[in-house]
Amino acid sequence: MNDGSSMGGRTVARVEVRDVHFSRAGRPIFRGLDLDVPAGSVTGILGPSGTGKTTLLNLIGGRLRPARGTVRVDGQDVHRLSRGGLYALRKRMGMLFQSGALLTDLNVFDNVAFPLREHTRLPEALIRDVVLIKLEMVGLRGARDLMPAELSGGMARRVALARAIVLDPVMVMYDEPFTGLDPITKAVIVQLIRKLNQALGLTSIVVSHDVAETFSIADYIHVIAEGGVIASGTPDALRETGSAWVRQFIQGLPDGPVPFHYPARPYYEELLEGQGA
Amino acid sequence: MAERKIEILVGVFVALGLGALFVLAMQVSNLSQLRDTGTYRVTAYFDNIGGLKVRAPVTASGVRVGRVAEIGYDSKTYRARVVLALGREYDFFPVDTSASIYTAGLLGEQYIALDPGAEEETLKDGSVIEYTQSAMILEQLIGRFLVELTSKK
Amino acid sequence: MIGWLQLLGRWSLGRVARLGRGHLFLVRTLASLPHLVLRPRLVIRELFSVGVLSLLIIVVSGGFVGFVLGLQGYVTLVRFGAEESLGVVVALSLVRELGPVVSALLFAGRAGSALTAEIGLMKSTEQLAGLEMMAVDPIERVVAPRFLAGFLAMPLLAALFSAVGVWGGYFVGSGLLGVDSGAFWSQMQSQVDFHDDVVNGIIKSVVFGFVASWIAVFEGYDAVPTSEGVGRATTRTVVNTALAVLGLDFILTALMFGNF
Repeated sequence: MNDGSSMGGRTVARVEVRDVHFSRAGRPIFRGLDLDVPAGSVTGILGPSGTGKTTLLNLIGGRLRPARGTVRVDGQDVHRLSRGGLYALRKRMGMLFQSGALLTDLNVFDNVAFPLREHTRLPEALIRDVVLIKLEMVGLRGARDLMPAELSGGMARRVALARAIVLDPVMVMYDEPFTGLDPITKAVIVQLIRKLNQALGLTSIVVSHDVAETFSIADYIHVIAEGGVIASGTPDALRETGSAWVRQFIQGLPDGPVPFHYPARPYYEELLEGQGA
Repeated sequence: MAERKIEILVGVFVALGLGALFVLAMQVSNLSQLRDTGTYRVTAYFDNIGGLKVRAPVTASGVRVGRVAEIGYDSKTYRARVVLALGREYDFFPVDTSASIYTAGLLGEQYIALDPGAEEETLKDGSVIEYTQSAMILEQLIGRFLVELTSKK
Repeated sequence: MIGWLQLLGRWSLGRVARLGRGHLFLVRTLASLPHLVLRPRLVIRELFSVGVLSLLIIVVSGGFVGFVLGLQGYVTLVRFGAEESLGVVVALSLVRELGPVVSALLFAGRAGSALTAEIGLMKSTEQLAGLEMMAVDPIERVVAPRFLAGFLAMPLLAALFSAVGVWGGYFVGSGLLGVDSGAFWSQMQSQVDFHDDVVNGIIKSVVFGFVASWIAVFEGYDAVPTSEGVGRATTRTVVNTALAVLGLDFILTALMFGNF
């Protein structure tokens, strides 16, 4: 399924985001966002909470429409596709939601088999084989009869990952894959993302605010904040050359360019005012 | 297995619902009693039909033999024209049968009672009943009663 | 004053926008119904949760409403010596009004709220978004089967309610209070018209089923995707369905029986 990651040494962009403007409920989220995701890479999208990282994935997946600008996946403008075209494109994209988004009334096996049953007419025996292969990849072949409610957070995410790759996509988007997991499970997910990327020749987009994990697996990183990309490059380059803001974010310092205090009037002024009243 | 159970229970549900519809149609409503295919129509003219309504029962000696199908006003005779739909099985009423409008109980609804005549020939689809008796109107009764009272003096 | 007007304006705009979303949503739902012909299994599954699970409450309520009608009808009619007409009173009240209306209200409480909560929960746990990203239209896969199941189940439930209610009225009137059973049924049969009463009652329940199912699936789909939002949406389903059903009942009754 890997349809070429390089042409004459130059990397080909799987996803191109150009000048995207998007606002929600009157609040601007992106103001001219530009970024590329090279084919075959693991690309990390880092940024503080509330900067629209998940929104970016929804824009790439065509679930949201930008006010201005274009998003291209494999050269196709996502927001100009017909409904059928968009759905065809989505079959080639997997997405891992933070909660896993497993269908609660189906067991693990049926959840993973779901996209196959919806989109293919494969015989049941073949579906069984494909599902077991994918479950084996995430190490949960033995859990196939469990219901989603019986899974831990990490297991649910692995099942969802198996489901995301069951149609052999060319690209998988991970929405906060490390959030709320214990260190061991986190390590498992980190390893899986890397391993699947290589084994299946995927392009992976990892949206996260967990700096350490993202740095450990990403080939490229885009740091987004305040409506645009404020830094990008390989992890090493970012560590070296990042601005003060980026360094604060990467090193996790409580105060710096991002102030500890929410904007307010001078402290003493407000205290004195209380006395006067 | 679970799928099978669900399907069976849904089958039960649908059967119950359709059964209830059937009960409403056959047991509760008049659907079982009248099929318009099984009736013939005769017309009767009345001076006054009182409160007679379409669908009111038509009886003979208290037995229900049909219903009122249509009520209109005839522009030639200036009388009320009532079309009766009588059951096919009651095809033996003589042509000189009379029709009267009565009230069931003091305040009940009005119905048409047929009183068979003596002719050999019987009523057929499209026949006209010659002898009719109009509805009793309470005001007219009281008026007549008062007139009789005063005339006796 | 200006602030107050602005609030009013914002509120109205919000209402209108919701109304518009609701209708667009309905169009999309109706447009996906043909796909269900190929997948009746999805509808059967929903018929189970909407229909079978509502059976008990419908049958029990229908029975009690029938008992009460029998009792109240008898007490009133016996004063005029017209207790023979008890069957007519019970049957007409049920078939024309109480059957469709009360079962629609019960439907909203039992099945409608469950539909809303289910769809709202699927939204808040990203299951709907997940379906979209798997190139599966959630309206086609999740909403349409539920809507269709509710729409199909409602007339059946209403008919069941009426039938059980008539039997309940018969049980009280004839069994306990001594109304002649022959008179009960024959008066009923001569006075209840199939076309004017039964069919009109069925039409009402079909309309109510449409509206109640629409409201239930829309509130779920439009819910704010949080626990609180789903809770509110569930309440809104019950309240809005009750208002819509009672309002529509008046309009339908006026059209059907009002001789306009």
